[in-house]
Amino acid sequence: MNRHRRTFLQGATSAGLVATAIAAGLLKPGQVLADWNAAGFGATKTADALAAIGGSGAAESKDITIKAPDIAENGAVVPVEVVTTLPNVESIAILGEKNANPLIAQYMLTDFDGTLATRMRMGQTANVRAVVKAGGKVYTAAKEVKVTVGGCGG
Amino acid sequence: MAIAMRVRAGSGEIKVLMTHPSENGLRKDAKSGQLIPAHFVKNVVVAINGKNVMTGHWGGGISKDPYLAFKVKGMKAGDKVTVSAEDNTGDKGSVDATAS
Repeated sequence: MNRHRRTFLQGATSAGLVATAIAAGLLKPGQVLADWNAAGFGATKTADALAAIGGSGAAESKDITIKAPDIAENGAVVPVEVVTTLPNVESIAILGEKNANPLIAQYMLTDFDGTLATRMRMGQTANVRAVVKAGGKVYTAAKEVKVTVGGCGG
Repeated sequence: MAIAMRVRAGSGEIKVLMTHPSENGLRKDAKSGQLIPAHFVKNVVVAINGKNVMTGHWGGGISKDPYLAFKVKGMKAGDKVTVSAEDNTGDKGSVDATAS
């Protein structure tokens, strides 16, 4: 619980009111996220994005598996599946660590049964990171995906 | 313009496939060299029989024609699954499906 509070406080410091709004959502697990996280999605560095979503200091977990191709020839469409055996999952965030805007997606979940899949853009070879909040704690795991042709423009 | 999508639900899994450009605002038009304006789905909400089971927030890093699939506990055949989406320009879409 302490780590959760600490993460919340760090987020609030760096991202101001937006993080406070999200933290308000976090205090009621299972409820809808109040607002689209402008600070998180607008962040240009993974560390800033993690801070904005309360994911700084998340514990590395072997109970999270990221299924994604080792080599993605087309960075415009990279299938990513997050599988976790953690109980009481409240939310999952997906990040591409070297994307122009690392935060790709955030999902608030109720009655979640362990598997979530989506397709993301990747600009270059990087870690795909998942941040899972479960039972009031924050866990993370990453997998490197090599990208042959980037899919973010520039 | 309404956001078009297909929804399939069954065997404890909900799958959604949308038709949407999902432009992140960073790509350039190959001919004009101008940046293509950001145009992406921001919010996705999934409910079973009116009860929210997922609220998703997306950025421009989601691929064109966004795909989402997830497993949910307790979904039964005949349950009504509603998926609603809204993009950054205010376009919306909503589709109902019956779980098999």
